This record gives sequence, structure tokens and C-alpha cells, in this order.
Amino acid sequence: MSELTPPSPAAWTPRIIAFFCNWCTYTAADLAGVSRLKYASTTRVIRLMCSGRVDPQFILDAFRQGADGVLIGGCHPGDCHYVEGNYKMLRRFQLLKRLLKDLGIAEQRVRLEWISAAEGERVKTVVNEMTAQIKALGPLGMPQAFATWDQEVSELARRTGDAGEVESQEPVAAAK
Amino acid sequence: MKYSYFPGCSLKGLGRAYEESLLPVMKHLGVELQELDDWNCCGATAYMAVDEVKACVLAARNLALAEKSGLNQVMAPCAACYLVLNKAKHYFHDYPAMKATMDRALNAVGLHYSGDTPVRHPLDILLNDVGLEAIKQKVEKPLKGLKVATYYGCQIVRPYATFDDQYNPTTMDRLMEALGATLVHYPLKTKCCGGSLTGTLPEAGIRLVYILLNEAKKRGADCIATVCPLCQFNLDGYHSQLKAQYGDVLVPTVYFTQLMGLAFGLSDKELGLNRAAVPFKWRPPLPAAATPVPA
Amino acid sequence: MVSIKQDIRIGFYVCHCGHNIASMVDCPEVASYVEKLPGVVLSRDYKYMCSDPGQELIQKDIKEFDLNRVVVASCSPLLHEHTFRTAVAAGGLNPFFFHMVNIREHDSWVHTDRKEATAKAKALARAAIRRVAHHKALEVKQVPVNPDVLVVGGGIAGIHAALTLANAGKKVYLVEREPSIGGHMAKFDKTFPTLDCAACILTPKMSSVGAHENITLWSYSEVVKMDGYVGNYTVMVKRKARFINEDLCTGCQECVANCIYKEPKFTDEFNEGLGKRKPVYIPFPQATPQVVLIDPDVCLNFKRGVLTDKCKKTCVEACGDRKAIDFKQKEQFTEIKVGTIIVATGFQTFDAKRVLPYGYGVYPNVYTAMEVERLVNASGPTSGEVILRDGRQPKAIGIIHCVGSRDKKTNRWCSRVCCMYSMKLAHLLKEHTGAEIYNFYIDIRAPGKGYEEFYDKLNEEGVHFVRGRVGEVTDWGMTPEEEGKLVIRVEDTLAGFVRRIPVDMVVLATGLEPQADAQDVRRLFNMSCGTEGFFLERHPKLAPVNTFTDGIFIAGCCQGPRDIPDTVAQAGAAAAEAMVLIDKGHVEQEPNTAYVLPDCCGCKSCLPLCPYTAITFDEATKKAVINEALCKGCGTCVSSCPSGSIAQNLFEDEEVFSEIEGVLAD
Repeated sequence: MSELTPPSPAAWTPRIIAFFCNWCTYTAADLAGVSRLKYASTTRVIRLMCSGRVDPQFILDAFRQGADGVLIGGCHPGDCHYVEGNYKMLRRFQLLKRLLKDLGIAEQRVRLEWISAAEGERVKTVVNEMTAQIKALGPLGMPQAFATWDQEVSELARRTGDAGEVESQEPVAAAK
Repeated sequence: MKYSYFPGCSLKGLGRAYEESLLPVMKHLGVELQELDDWNCCGATAYMAVDEVKACVLAARNLALAEKSGLNQVMAPCAACYLVLNKAKHYFHDYPAMKATMDRALNAVGLHYSGDTPVRHPLDILLNDVGLEAIKQKVEKPLKGLKVATYYGCQIVRPYATFDDQYNPTTMDRLMEALGATLVHYPLKTKCCGGSLTGTLPEAGIRLVYILLNEAKKRGADCIATVCPLCQFNLDGYHSQLKAQYGDVLVPTVYFTQLMGLAFGLSDKELGLNRAAVPFKWRPPLPAAATPVPA
Repeated sequence: MVSIKQDIRIGFYVCHCGHNIASMVDCPEVASYVEKLPGVVLSRDYKYMCSDPGQELIQKDIKEFDLNRVVVASCSPLLHEHTFRTAVAAGGLNPFFFHMVNIREHDSWVHTDRKEATAKAKALARAAIRRVAHHKALEVKQVPVNPDVLVVGGGIAGIHAALTLANAGKKVYLVEREPSIGGHMAKFDKTFPTLDCAACILTPKMSSVGAHENITLWSYSEVVKMDGYVGNYTVMVKRKARFINEDLCTGCQECVANCIYKEPKFTDEFNEGLGKRKPVYIPFPQATPQVVLIDPDVCLNFKRGVLTDKCKKTCVEACGDRKAIDFKQKEQFTEIKVGTIIVATGFQTFDAKRVLPYGYGVYPNVYTAMEVERLVNASGPTSGEVILRDGRQPKAIGIIHCVGSRDKKTNRWCSRVCCMYSMKLAHLLKEHTGAEIYNFYIDIRAPGKGYEEFYDKLNEEGVHFVRGRVGEVTDWGMTPEEEGKLVIRVEDTLAGFVRRIPVDMVVLATGLEPQADAQDVRRLFNMSCGTEGFFLERHPKLAPVNTFTDGIFIAGCCQGPRDIPDTVAQAGAAAAEAMVLIDKGHVEQEPNTAYVLPDCCGCKSCLPLCPYTAITFDEATKKAVINEALCKGCGTCVSSCPSGSIAQNLFEDEEVFSEIEGVLAD
């Protein structure tokens, strides 16, 4: 399935939501800071204790709220602070990618990376790579898409007469 | 196994013996070589030192021709060609300005280079594609008792150590052992042969040649095996000067392909062994005389 | 869409951190932006929020403006979350009504465009404002700390840490992999710059460890498993079979004298392979514990490690009534419970064979520094006489610095001790042989008490210093003087030309590397490693012996190359950190545990997910139950519950969703 909207002008910068685990990737991002590495300002990090806490709904919600990409960072396999939370995330991630494909969201918009506390460089590389990738894809524009759909539904309801008002909320609710 | 073959000027000139031995040896091993049609100077020697852009453009044309041949991989036996073609490839990938120049030049003659074609040395092909086992099977006259100093020179290991170790290359060592030869410990295997200094600054150049030959002789080598026409020329061609300056250090210098040919049972003549200034004659030791059976 | 509860009163503070944040983020603009957000009562920018006045400002504002939520945008929460929570608590609020925004490590330090960085700071602040409205008051849980300590590694770091703790009355388990404690230091001859004999200063400490009533010393043992959390670790120790009953062996070594092998025949590890030992042996005279061991790989009573019982067993005869030899001994596993762990597993020396041009392993007279330590040692294989492998005595010796250090091809770091130990060896070799000594160095690094003076002393002694990285060590000579010698080819960068220096002996000053199994040990103790493989400290300056796992400390060269004084200081610091926890008696646990909501349908899908088996199923209520004491707060069950019936304190769904919404609401 294709993306929802075509790429827009170059002035646009992508917004990437990152869910980083407290022990490895968040610390690595701190290290990138302490080392004064420079990378794209596209990413906004939300700290969780473990990548295992990343609920697929967080990712879907991020897209719904207007994120163009979602990055999940956890400890390397075998290194999870909580033994195996990262494996749980990996499994979920595989399923989620299928779901996103069905929803028409390009696979490159989500990325799962193992970044240890020592790999500040890796944070920089991954963020820059992902920024470039999403720039190439263009904005996802879910909020606008929802607005358009709402409008279409209301329009449809208006034309078919009454009983449309209740229906109009459905697409948004479904995505929650 | 089929490769595009870039001989370069040396293999058609001073280093003719290299080509003369390489082609039959490769054929013997079932490796097909197709000489590049309309090749030109690789860009080495003075070009690379004086004008890198021109050198790279020259190399790029050869690379583009190799790509066009459809054979995908190009074999460059001369160490200088091998280095320059790899260098041009490196510049093509890492220096956008140089790539633009190369593209422009190639475009003007209707050629195109994508940057993929691997440039490979015969040693690389022999060890990694043909394999030592296949080579061993072709050995008819093992080089038993022949003491060889393997000498790699600089250009196939520096700066691009693509298939062997930079400090202690061992591909030729392993090849020689597969042929049945004995190696002498020769720590000078990647030292300078004098390069073009033998022509421009003979005192320095000849001295470097002397060190290489003297050490090989001291360590009891019957010959030095080399992979580079310039090394072969330097180590082989200055013996009268060496004798005058340092005394006799007669050690023959041969191409590794010539030794392969001998082991495969090819004749001296076929292998161009008659071309060297310092003659190399080697015959396998005779089998021990049969003990006469008492009547 | 924005819904902030009516009674929420948020105070927001954005920190300049001097220029660290303010140079890239427009702090006043962030403050005035946040001020207009719903629920925000007050918004300030301030130079240093973590300073006392900064913290007092929060406390004052809470009272004056009746704040019930606080957000600070400054550095990483890993650094100062605790500081601000404490400040909030001092202001009379529950400390968990606080949230922190990282606009330094994640923003001002990593971006180059002021406008973009400011926009990002606003987004992150907005997210926190929305999040904090959902915060709940939480209680910090206190857990008692087991007062016993495990020290892993019996080198000088482990020895010092163990003794410090034991002398303070703490019970210590010291686990050492080798048959004796002492580590690398036991192999050294003298120590720089004072030249005091390593054995003389180490042996008393080793004996104290062996004799101390508070120390349980397990040599020839390894930690194989660790479970639990700060204050309450359960550790499994494997005690390898040494085929000797440690309690019965008196260390008389009569078995060694009476071994069927009359002469020592096997590689002596302690002497770096320069000497020989028997199958039954004691590693070195001062070994602690003074207990022999049998090497089943070479002992005639075994074949390839398997007991055959075919030897005459003259050793057993010699042991007599003591009956200390036990060929049937098996490795044992013992479980211990401790509250804190000090990891002091040390380093390994760089494998000199990796630098091919220096000819180690090719030319017999090329030595590593560690081999020379044994060679000049009075109790070494040559009784301190410097005799080369070919039987000669050296007249000229070259010491090459930075072998496997400061080199992109091998290890990039400076190993810190090589300059000094090279000079020490230069002094000792000169003393022992009177030879000409050449040091080949890149820079002389002598930053320590009396170190520079030691360098001066060596210059006065006539030791040569050649500044240049050695190109190669070779045996090809160009002149009659060079024949039969090792020739060091080096560019003398001070003289400005290439030199060839013929010598009889070459010493390679090999650098320090992480232990080969550092990665396994790291996993075992839930630590991190830096890119170079040494264990990672919690903070390079302010928490140098702490790790990211509470209650686990590091000391010595396992954290990075260092010399003996620094190692001892660090070991003391680690012991002190452990004592902080022990003497306090309890630890406070982050209240980020998960809990089950009443609408649990009892599907049991969460049960197998928990690695700590904290979730059980209550047959009576048909619902899952989470044991708060066992839950570590990873949140995996929360995100996996199909009915959304598990929640996590501090990371509630609505908290995270509001953060997502807030961060994208521009």
C-alpha cells in the first residue's frame, strides 16, 4: 500500500519520536551530548525504563499525533537491564511492522535499534540516517488525513441527510 | 572462471616474461583471461606523481572498458597497474570532485564507469578463487629443495592491503609451499626495491637493491620470487654496478608465475626464463639411484 | 484537545546551565512560551537550577504560589532528577509531582541551530507540562541491605578493597580465578618511581587477607551467576577442582619435591613461560593461600584431564597422614548472599604478536615487558640474572614504548603505565647488565608524584631516549656491527633522520587491555562497557567507582589502565561506597513498580513474561497479582496486557500518551 500523502516542499523537517530505554540508549544519547556530537534536531526522546515498556499503541499514537517517524532504542540482545525486555520488544516490533504496512505506513518510518550506553556515536548515526530516510519519504501527515476523512464523512452525512454525525468520529476513534 | 585481463605496458615490454609465464599458468589452471580491448596506460609511473587527475582519468578509462567487457572482474598482474587502478577506484568513491572529472572525461568518449568492477591481483585470484588445493593437484614437478625468498614489494600491500596483510603478507609464501618449495625467513619482503631511484638517484637506488639481494643470499635463497615487473627489473638488471660497488651478490629474481610454471612441468622457454640477466636454472633433484640388486 | 485538570498548578523552571544551555537555547523565550500553557502558574529561567539558590527558589515558589507540580528543564535526569525531587520534597510536595526535561545532553549540546534547538526545548517542555499533570503521589520503598560484600578479583585492587572492608568489621568474600591472589602486581619486580620491591609491599597484604577473620578467601574460583538487586544479591561461585583439600594442605610442598617428575617440565604461567614447573606446584613462593594444586592436563595420574589412577602417586605418599591430596575432587558450586559487590577483575597485557613488525615470537630475543619483570626478579626463572633466550648477556637493549597503545591499528588509548614501567625496567636492566639502554617513545608521560623526577634520574644515569615510533625490529644487518644483532629502525623525530640501532635485546612495552572475558563478566554483573571494552563507570568524574547497577562497584584496571597508587585509591573508594550502603542499612527503591488494575480478566498472558517471576495468579480472585518486592519496574507486562489492566507507577499510560501528545502539539 502506498503512503498517505505525497512528499511536500523541502522546508519541512521531519519529527521523529524516540522511545529510549533508561539504561542503554538514553544513556548513550546523554553520552552523545557529553561528547558534543552533533546531529539533526528532529528527534524528541521519551524515556522509558526498558524497551519492553514500549506499547505498540505508543507508536501508533505518535503517528496519529503527527510524528513522521518513530525510533525505539534498547540494549543489545543479551544486555537488557531487565534480562529480556528487548526481546519482547523485538517480537512486538515484527508484528507491528506488518500492521503498519497494512495501514499504509512505510516500513522505514519505524526503526528499532540496539544502542549500548557506550555508543554515543551510534545515536548520532542512527538519528541522522533516519532523518535522511524520512526526509526522502516526506511527511506522513496523519492528523491532516484524519481531518480530511472526518470532513469527508461529515460531507457524506450532510448529503445523505441525518444520522451522519455519530459516524463521523469513527476513523479517529479506531486509530486510538 | 573468466576474468578481464589488463596487461599494462610492462607485461608487453620489459616484464614480458611475467606475461609469458602468467598466461600458460592460468590456462593450465583453467582460468580464462580475456585481454581488455583497446586498453591504455594505467596512469602509473610519472602520471600519478605529476598529475593525479590525468592519472585517474586514464585509469578510469580502463576501468570503464573492463566494465563494458561484461566480465565484471579485472585482473591486473603488474603491481603498479594494480595499485593505480585501485587508487582511481578509491578516489572515484571518496572524492566527489574527482568522480565528476572522471565522469566528464568518460562521457566525452561515450564510456561509463559505475565504480563496481573489482580490480584483482593474480595472487588474490590464485589463492582465493582457484585455491591452493587445485594448484597442488596440478603440480607435476614439485620444487623440492628450492629455497625461495618471497618478495612482495610495496605496491600490492600499501596503501591498499586488499587481500593480504600489510606488514607480513603470506599469500605468495603459501603458494610457494604448495609448489613444494622451501621458504627462507626473509623479513624484507615488503621493503623498497629502489623503484625509479635506480634511474634517478642511483646511489640510493642501487644500495636498496643491494640490501635485498645480499640478505637473500645470506639467508641461502636460491632465488627471489617477485610479483612486480619493476622489482624484477631492479633486482635483476644492476648486477654489474652492484659488483663494482659492493661485490658479487648474484641471486636470480624470477616471477612467482615462472616458478609455478616450472612446478607444472612447463619448459624454461615457455616461461620466459631465458630473458633474465641473472640466469635461473633449476632442475628437480634426481631420484636417488636405485640400489643395485645383488646378483 | 488540551485538558488540564482544574486544580493543577505547575511551576516551570528552565536552567541556563551557565552557557551550556543558554548559548544554544533561548531560555527566556522557552520560559515565556511555557508560561502561556494551560495549568502553568509560574515560569522562570534561571542561571543554575541545581545550585542552592536554584533549589531554594523552587521551595519558596511551591509555598508562595501554592504549586502542586514542578517541571525543570535542564540537564539529564540521570544526573539531577534526584536533586530536584529532594528540593520539591523540601518544599512540601510529594517528590514524584516532579518531572525533568533534558535540554542539555539531548538538545543544546548536540545541535547547532539556535532556532531549532529552542523549538525542540519548547516541545520537550510542553510534553513535560502535560505529563506532570497526571503524576501521582508515590512512596519510596525501603529495602534492607545485606552487610556482606563480595569482592571479585584478588589483584591489588581486590586485596585492598577486601582488607579495607574487613578491617571495618564487614564480612567479605574474596573470589579469585587464579590459584593465588596477588594478580599482576605479584609478578612485578620493583615498582616505580620509588623502586620498592613489589613483593615486599604486597606480601604482607596478601598474608593479611589469608589470615583475616572477616575475609573468606576463595582462590581458583569464579563467579558464575548473579541474581537480585542492590542490597540483596545472590551469587553462585564455582570452586574449581585443585585436587587438594585446602583445609588439610599445610603448604609444606613435600608432594612437589617427591613428584614422579624429578625435574620441572611444564610451562610456568607465573613466570610468563620463561620457567618450568611440575604437575603439582605452588604458583610462587608467596602464594596465598599457601596451598598446592595439581594440573590434571599434565599429571600422570590423569590422561587428558581424566583420572586414570595409573601413577605411582609418590606425592600422596609424601603427603602421608595429612591426606590433603584428593584426586577425586570435583568442582563445587556454592551460593552466597551479599548486599554489595566490588568488581576488580583487572586487565590483560596486549598480545605483542599482533604488532608484526616488532618480531615478537619470530626473534627469540624480543621480550615483552612482563617477561622482563620475571627475568630481573630474584625469584624469577634466572634468579634475577638477565640471560637471553640464546644464552647471551645483552650489551645493548632497546625498549619500545606504546606497543598496542596509542595506535589506530591496535588500541587507541594510552595505557598510562608503560612510560613509567619502561623507565623502571631501563633502570633495572642497566643495574643488572650495565648495557646501553635505548628507550623509543612517542611522548614521555610522567604525570604523578615523583614521576618526572624519575625520568630526570634516568637521563642522568645515561639511559638513551630516542623520540620516534619504531618502524621495525629486524635481523638484517647492513654493516658488520649489525650482523647477528637485532636492528631497530626508527625515525628519530628530534634529530630528523632515520636511525638503525643494533641491540641484543628488545623489550616491548605492551599496553593494557580489557580482560578477554570482560564482556561475559559485564553481563554477569549487569554492567556496561565503554567502546574500548573497559567497564563503564556511572560518571567519569563524579561517580568513578559506581556502575549503572546500584550496589555494584568497580576498582582498578578493569575500569581503565592505571598505576598501583591510583588502583589502591580507587579500591578504597569502592570499599567506602559499599560501606555507605551497608552502614545506612537500607536502600530506597524507585517506586516504578507495576500493579494490576481491578479489570484484570485473568488471561494469564503476563505470567510468563516477567523475568523475575513477580507475577502470580490468584486462584481465588482469578486475577494476576504482582509482588511489589520482586518487580523491578521494566514495564514489559504493562505494554503486553491485552486488556490494558496493568499499570506502572511513574510510567502510567496516560503519562506517556500525554507526553507523546505534548511533544507533537506544535
